[in-house]
Amino acid sequence: MSPEPRLVEVRKNVLKQNDMVARALRARFRAAGVFVVSLVSSPGSGKTAFLEKTLTLLRPHYRVAALVGDLATENDAARLACSQAPVKQIITGTLCHLEAAMVQNAVDEEEWDLSQLDFLFIENVGNLVCPSAYDLGEDLRVVLLSVTEGEDKPLKYPTIFNSADVAIVTKSDLAEAVQFDSEATRRNIQAVRPGMLVFQLSAKNGQGIGEYLGFLAARLAESRAAAAV
Amino acid sequence: MHELSIAMSIVEMAQAEALQRGVQIRAVHVKLGALSGVVKQALLSSYEMACDDTLLRGSRLVIEDVPVVIFCPKCKVPRPLSSVQLFCCGECGTPTSEIVQGRELEVVALETQ
Ligand SMILES: Nc1nc2c(ncn2[C@@H]2O[C@H](COP(=O)(O)OP(=O)(O)O)[C@@H](O)[C@H]2O)c(=O)[nH]1
Ligand SMILES: [Mg+2]
Ligand SMILES: [Zn+2]
Repeated sequence: MSPEPRLVEVRKNVLKQNDMVARALRARFRAAGVFVVSLVSSPGSGKTAFLEKTLTLLRPHYRVAALVGDLATENDAARLACSQAPVKQIITGTLCHLEAAMVQNAVDEEEWDLSQLDFLFIENVGNLVCPSAYDLGEDLRVVLLSVTEGEDKPLKYPTIFNSADVAIVTKSDLAEAVQFDSEATRRNIQAVRPGMLVFQLSAKNGQGIGEYLGFLAARLAESRAAAAV
Repeated sequence: MHELSIAMSIVEMAQAEALQRGVQIRAVHVKLGALSGVVKQALLSSYEMACDDTLLRGSRLVIEDVPVVIFCPKCKVPRPLSSVQLFCCGECGTPTSEIVQGRELEVVALETQ
């Protein structure tokens, strides 16, 4: 006798495992009072350069550290180490994105005392598709877009813009050379993510970065005030 | 491409259910949101590979597309979104990024025999 096929309802979130680890991480970060910022973009948009500048400028005033994901090399960590901040490379191998468990392992391996940190930055693998679905336990997700990439990038990757909190338009020192249309870019960002905060800056000459750093400082203060209640 | 690892998680979940219930699975039904970050075609082709050497071998993946629904702050009701390139209310045009549906990536049912 061959039984009738039947449908059994299950309802399971496929990313449940990652979401659970991310939730635990977020609670841990919050308890330690560290504000966690992740960076996503296409390869070459300028995440490492931007992070290097951020770490260098923040370090005299804040305790900072960084994790950096890459498919194969440790080059980015070596570049970031110039900032004198503690940096840990996560090599993902064939995986095109970071997952919460990798962040957890990296933090545990380094034995960083999170309560001694103000900011922890996480550079994701260069990819505008895969990282969108993976919560890393961060407080703020920043998506970078360089002026050389074309104004319509947000329209091509609405999902990642939707998963991010803030957009950075970087390499603004090259804007004129490539006839970058800042207005069109902002319009496209607002089309896929109404209300998204946008900072335009250059990691090379530092222009515009102060405003972003001020924003980070305010968010850190807000998050600590909320935790103290 | 992260669809293979997603497919492997789906297979793993379904396999655990199959073992627990002592049934054989013919198909796995999944809900896939337009903003899940997963490409349907890539997931379908990864699924077959992920099933190799598992109890799910030979089973099908049935994907139900879940469109994006936003909440209009002005009309105060959920509205279907007509394009993921323009987040606004289809009735009154108010921009909004309050997403009420469309990020799903869920196993919803198993077809057993
Ligand atoms: N002119 C200019 N070049 C930049 C800027 N930021 C990054 N770059 C260059 O862009 C290239 C890729 O940068 P990188 O930080 O490695 O990008 P990532 O792959 O996103 O980490 C490097 O050659 C950088 O020197 C910038 O603000 N202005
Ligand atoms: Mg880099
Ligand atoms: Zn409306």
